[in-house]
Amino acid sequence: MAELRYLEDVVTLEYDQDKCIGCTMCTIVCPHGVFQMEAKKAVIVARNVCMECGACMRNCPTGAIAVEAGEGCVRGIINDFLGIEGPCC
Amino acid sequence: MAKPVPEGAGVFRLPSAKQSFVLDTLLTPVGAVPVVGGELVWRDLFGHYRVRWNIGRDRFTVEPGLYALGAPDNNSHVMVTANYKMSFDFLRRALSGSDVWILVLDTKGVNVWCAAGEGTFGTEELVDRIQASRLQEVVSHRRLIVPQLGATGVAAFEVKKYSGFSVCYGPVMVRDLPSFLENKCRATPEMRIKRFPFKERLVLIPVDSMQALKQGLPVIFALLLLAGFTGGLPFLEGMRSYGFPPAFAILTGIAAGTIVTPLLLPWIPGRAFSFKGGFCGLVLFILLYISFSSSTLNYSVLAQFSWLLMTLTVSSWFGMAFTGASTYTSLNGVRKEMLRAMPVQFAGMLTGIAFWTASLWMD
Repeated sequence: MAELRYLEDVVTLEYDQDKCIGCTMCTIVCPHGVFQMEAKKAVIVARNVCMECGACMRNCPTGAIAVEAGEGCVRGIINDFLGIEGPCC
Repeated sequence: MAKPVPEGAGVFRLPSAKQSFVLDTLLTPVGAVPVVGGELVWRDLFGHYRVRWNIGRDRFTVEPGLYALGAPDNNSHVMVTANYKMSFDFLRRALSGSDVWILVLDTKGVNVWCAAGEGTFGTEELVDRIQASRLQEVVSHRRLIVPQLGATGVAAFEVKKYSGFSVCYGPVMVRDLPSFLENKCRATPEMRIKRFPFKERLVLIPVDSMQALKQGLPVIFALLLLAGFTGGLPFLEGMRSYGFPPAFAILTGIAAGTIVTPLLLPWIPGRAFSFKGGFCGLVLFILLYISFSSSTLNYSVLAQFSWLLMTLTVSSWFGMAFTGASTYTSLNGVRKEMLRAMPVQFAGMLTGIAFWTASLWMD
């Protein structure tokens, strides 16, 4: 089957490797294999397949990861454009 | 916890044993815990069928709290899930024959991944639910198995801090749970990846097309009425000859965006879903146009062009809406796509309706 890939260079994922304590949590929770362990530190190996779910950020005990997380759903984004507090799906 | 907790949160409560799927109760140090089996009966499956068609989806729930699958003891695993009944049912079916505890969080009837994104499947609710179930009195260990996709809402290190329980993230798919448990709660790298196979895209189609029809039918009725009252023909005949083609064009767009796009997703050119949707709309329009070529002879080029615009914009719109159901699109990607696609979609739809209205007077 052809590989499913979304747009390139859109994700807001930021990672500060100096803060990494090597707990491997980000490599466990990421559903797209964005992180891998190399020499006891996490590294980003597949930045463009990040879907900004925020699981890595939430489970990083040292706050080394930052990403603007959220559900990419049309109604939620329209509400956001219009400045309405509304449900997503 | 830092945030104020809602009233009643964390207060001891066991789920009712009077729910249809509860087989029995199991006496534990905290009281009679409802027992469920791993077998799904026709009533469960009929419920799944209904919600797949978007019927009663917001009240397809189980009561939050602690359940026993089989005959667990104080050393058995504790599986955490959402109170969407489909999530609960898939979990107990996958672990059929095992003896485990199931801790159901109150996610307002939403599945694990979506609820984790919304924050209802989250650290706070998990910590409260552990307390409200007095889990530390039921089991002697301090381990929870939380679905990996729940990690968007749950911070394992915070759960440990506030409840004393350590979180072990299970595999993405519930079908991998038995081998995960056998393998001492270790997932293979493949079990950690969320894919989006054909079958998963297929089951989403009814809900998506039902929701699209809800948006599309009012427009179709408006066009039919307008067609009936103008064009100098009797109402029904006007509706038929001028109203049916654009109605058909919009339905073609809905079919292209909510059926063809999800099914053929990996093989459709482009990455933006609005493009994929529009592409499917174009192909479907051409196929239908050729099949019905003899019926289109009496219409002006303007009218025919308006149908094409309607199909393209509608299919592009609903293709784009499928990002919400997909498993690999990102918030900022969809935002970027929408900023580019929506002006084109709106302009296309307005032009389409304007051309069609103009063709009513000119034909």
